[in-house]
Amino acid sequence: MASLITCPHCGTRPKEEFSIRGAAAPKRPSPTAKDEAWHRYVYVRDNPKGRYQEYWHHVAGCRRFLVVERDNLTHEVFGVTDAAEFERAGAAE
Amino acid sequence: MTSYRLGSGGAVNRGQSLNFTFDGRTYKGFEGDTLSSALLANDQMLMARSFKYHRPRGVVTASSAEPNALMTIGLGSRAEPNARATVVELYDGLAAASQNRWPSLRHDFGAVNDLFSPFLGAGFYYKTFMWPGVLWERLYEPLIRRAAGLGKVTMQADPDRYEKSWAHCDLLVIGAGPTGLMAALAAGRAGIRVVLADEGFRLGGSLLSESAAVGGQPAAEFAAEVVEELASLPNVTLMPRTTVFGWYDDMVFGGVERVQKHVASPSPDLPMERLWRIVAKRAILAAGAEERPLVFGGNDKPGVMTAGAARTYLNRYGVAVGGKVAVFTNGGSGYRTAADLLAKGVDVTAIIDARPQSADPVPDGLRVIRNGSVIATNGRHRIEGLIAERSGFEEVIGCDALAMSGGWSPIVHLMCQRGTKPVWSDEKQAFLAPDVGGAFVAAGSAAGHASLGDCLKDGSAKAHAALDSLGRLVGSLETPEVEGEYDPSFAPLWYVPGARDKAFVDFQNDVHVGDLGLAQREGFRHIEHTKRYTTAGMATDQGKLGNVNAAGIVAGMRGVSPAEIGTTTFRPFYTPVSFGALAGTARAEHAAPVRTSPLHGWARKNGATFVESGLWYRSAWFPREGEKTWRESVDREVLNVRANAGLCDISTLGKIEIFGQGAAEFLNRIYSNSFLKLPVGRARYGLMLREDGIVFDDGTVSRLSENHYVMTTTTAYAADVLAHLEFSAQTFWRELDVRFVSATDQWAQMSLAGPKARIIMSRVVQEDISDTAFPFLAVRDVTLRGGLKARLFRISFSGELAYELAVPAGYSEAVADSIMDAGREEGICAYGVEALNVLRIEKGHVTHSELDGRTTPDDVGLGRMMAMQKPDFIGRRLSTRFGLTAADRLQLVGLKPIEADKEIKAGAHLLKDGAKPSMANDQGFVSSACFSPTLGHFIALGMLKSGRERIGERVMVWDGLRGSEVLAEVCPPVFVDPENRKLHL
Repeated sequence: MASLITCPHCGTRPKEEFSIRGAAAPKRPSPTAKDEAWHRYVYVRDNPKGRYQEYWHHVAGCRRFLVVERDNLTHEVFGVTDAAEFERAGAAE
Repeated sequence: MTSYRLGSGGAVNRGQSLNFTFDGRTYKGFEGDTLSSALLANDQMLMARSFKYHRPRGVVTASSAEPNALMTIGLGSRAEPNARATVVELYDGLAAASQNRWPSLRHDFGAVNDLFSPFLGAGFYYKTFMWPGVLWERLYEPLIRRAAGLGKVTMQADPDRYEKSWAHCDLLVIGAGPTGLMAALAAGRAGIRVVLADEGFRLGGSLLSESAAVGGQPAAEFAAEVVEELASLPNVTLMPRTTVFGWYDDMVFGGVERVQKHVASPSPDLPMERLWRIVAKRAILAAGAEERPLVFGGNDKPGVMTAGAARTYLNRYGVAVGGKVAVFTNGGSGYRTAADLLAKGVDVTAIIDARPQSADPVPDGLRVIRNGSVIATNGRHRIEGLIAERSGFEEVIGCDALAMSGGWSPIVHLMCQRGTKPVWSDEKQAFLAPDVGGAFVAAGSAAGHASLGDCLKDGSAKAHAALDSLGRLVGSLETPEVEGEYDPSFAPLWYVPGARDKAFVDFQNDVHVGDLGLAQREGFRHIEHTKRYTTAGMATDQGKLGNVNAAGIVAGMRGVSPAEIGTTTFRPFYTPVSFGALAGTARAEHAAPVRTSPLHGWARKNGATFVESGLWYRSAWFPREGEKTWRESVDREVLNVRANAGLCDISTLGKIEIFGQGAAEFLNRIYSNSFLKLPVGRARYGLMLREDGIVFDDGTVSRLSENHYVMTTTTAYAADVLAHLEFSAQTFWRELDVRFVSATDQWAQMSLAGPKARIIMSRVVQEDISDTAFPFLAVRDVTLRGGLKARLFRISFSGELAYELAVPAGYSEAVADSIMDAGREEGICAYGVEALNVLRIEKGHVTHSELDGRTTPDDVGLGRMMAMQKPDFIGRRLSTRFGLTAADRLQLVGLKPIEADKEIKAGAHLLKDGAKPSMANDQGFVSSACFSPTLGHFIALGMLKSGRERIGERVMVWDGLRGSEVLAEVCPPVFVDPENRKLHL
């Protein structure tokens, strides 16, 4: 957790304005992907220690989904990006 | 007379005398006193009884670390237990009471525990109160809780207000002693935003107790001058009476400001306390150091206190802690205390120095027993002498107070709250603050600096380093000269051998050296285990005085360095914080927001009874004169809707406006059923699934224009659905042009239902709403006869001919009034959510009672809403897996009792007729049930294994919780108008 999150749209805001949705790494598979891919996407989550990408929804702000990259051990925040940017960058890779 | 007020001196206002009571007796103190200094000035050394053994206790410190002098302050609803007398600011009329004693502080029956103490060592609960287990809750725990304890909390409501606030600064300085003042001054002069917070009511910290001169003037005057300059700087915020209790992520600090705790008659316009969140770019911990007690036999006798405390009472409050003071020390602090006492004319009987030699200056004529130790103390309610030992020879030394000094422990608590442990220093014989990065640093004695001069210098230097890192460094280091300072260094002495009485390590929890030894012998060797086994370091003081000694003693027992023992975990809060401050304004009716519909006033005017639904208050039913039970009202409302018409407030349903060229495609992917071909001017019922194929929420979508839709959600899921839409649009289908906005609060919505709904509605709207012009599921903008623009939907949840009318929230009450007027002749009534629930059960419509997070569309009979021809929608892929399509899944059915007068209740389980109730025989459950006034008996909806194949079968409705068994017949879930004739009237 962090006390403050710097939203790329709204600036530095207290964490109470956000709602956390969970890991940002899993990507929604294509409708025709194999069962295993869908099973992993819906049910299987890593429980990493350390650096971690996570969706934060700025519910009491711009209502954008953000991807907060943070260390869940030290709580250091490395960066906050708009989720759409994050997905676009991921798709480009 | 033993302890007393000196004729002059100290920072108390002798012109302002204050009356206060302690255990009912009236005393006088001065403005500027703490409760403990005022009690000492009145020769009241006995202040408390100890936690376990009920031993008489006095004050040990003059600080927030006080383990003994805990009192209940205030009366009635303002009574606050466990306040430390050392930090309670005296005010006129203050009422204090001692705790944990009966019948009185002097004569405490519980002191018998001290005689039984051989049986009450560490872990005695676990060893003694073992069998039988049932007695724990009934007997042992209540007994132990009564016998051992702290103060009692009042059961009355807190009459005071609390609030929360944010503060932002470049530099937060925690502690306004010599270090903190110099740090704040350097930063303040450089022009950055500084917050200087201190738990005390007078800024200055140890300077207020100091007999040395700083900058050519008495230390307290120097402090006052610096505070004055700081107060004049617009970029500096002074926060006295503010404890910074926690360090959180991203350099956010928690603080609590005691705004009116010291005020005789608190103003109702101000909060009692204010909780601060302070965001700082840099922070300096200038919390100072805690003087360690010495651990010797009888070290808990009233009158035994730290040397620094004796000095504070003397120099700051003008109070001599005794008439004949003895000193027991292993460092310079003891000598300074003796010198200060003598300078104020207080008799000092001897210094017992544990060290063989020292360079500390000895006041003229004062006897020093070097290489000496104290092995016992005499007296009961107050020390009346001590037994000193040196080289095997014992000697009784008379005294009525004993100032002890075991060295200093930097107060590093805050810096260790985020997982970094303090670091043992052999050189300083102390745990020092860890390196937690450059943004937060310790300074002065909190950083292990010993002398006053070093602290002043370090405060300025750390502020300069902070300024430099912020790119704001100007000016050069300035440090005032100190005259007459002493050398506070010390030799380690963890405990004093040869004790004739218990040698306490943790005063508050009555943990003595023997307990620590027992814990080691019994295997609780890790310091965290030792803590839990002995309770050392628990309760309100969290071991501020005792923990370092405990680590040193355990290290000694194990023959290792304290570095290997380490400390227990530091967690917020530094000192106790009241629940009131943490709750702030969020209490009673403000604990959660209250959401009322725009039609709340209309409903109240019509006599509604309200029911909480999440944060909402919804009108539940509208009782009329003569109706004695809620059922009478609900039955009447249902029958009237079926026969005539009723008006129901449904404004709490979520309303989401959806715009964009991609909206149709988006909705098509969000819902399981098809939305691409929904024409403008039509509404459609939709089911949203979760990605695992389970129903998430249901509602309607109306297409208002080509690229504009309005969606309704259930009341409970409005926020979740909006977040779901936003997430899907922002991450899955970024190519779709679609936007959302919640309009739940902007529009009021009401349902007019019943066979006479059209006649009534046509009197309200200008447009033609005949069945041809405005058929079932039609939607359009309308103009009301008064000229108001509104939206009309022909949607029915009740199964009747029904319209939903949406109007801007502010007009809703006038519109509802006019509908009621328009329908008077037709017998319209207002109906609430209870009647609505009966109507929908009769019609077999599902709600979240059925869509309970476990059901698929097919389970609830809506399998036709799975548009599998669509290439993708949320939940499509996993909806076809085996588990969700198994033949024996629970399916929605109707249930009616075989004997018409029997009641079926929701939550009951279904069994095959004659089967024993067991998990294996469980066939399903009742999800919704009600009395159907239309049919004249109870009906229910339930989820039954392979239910649709079992229509006509008899099942047992088994309600083990409420002890009923009712035979029921399985029937289709639609009880009223299964052909939907009424919808198309």
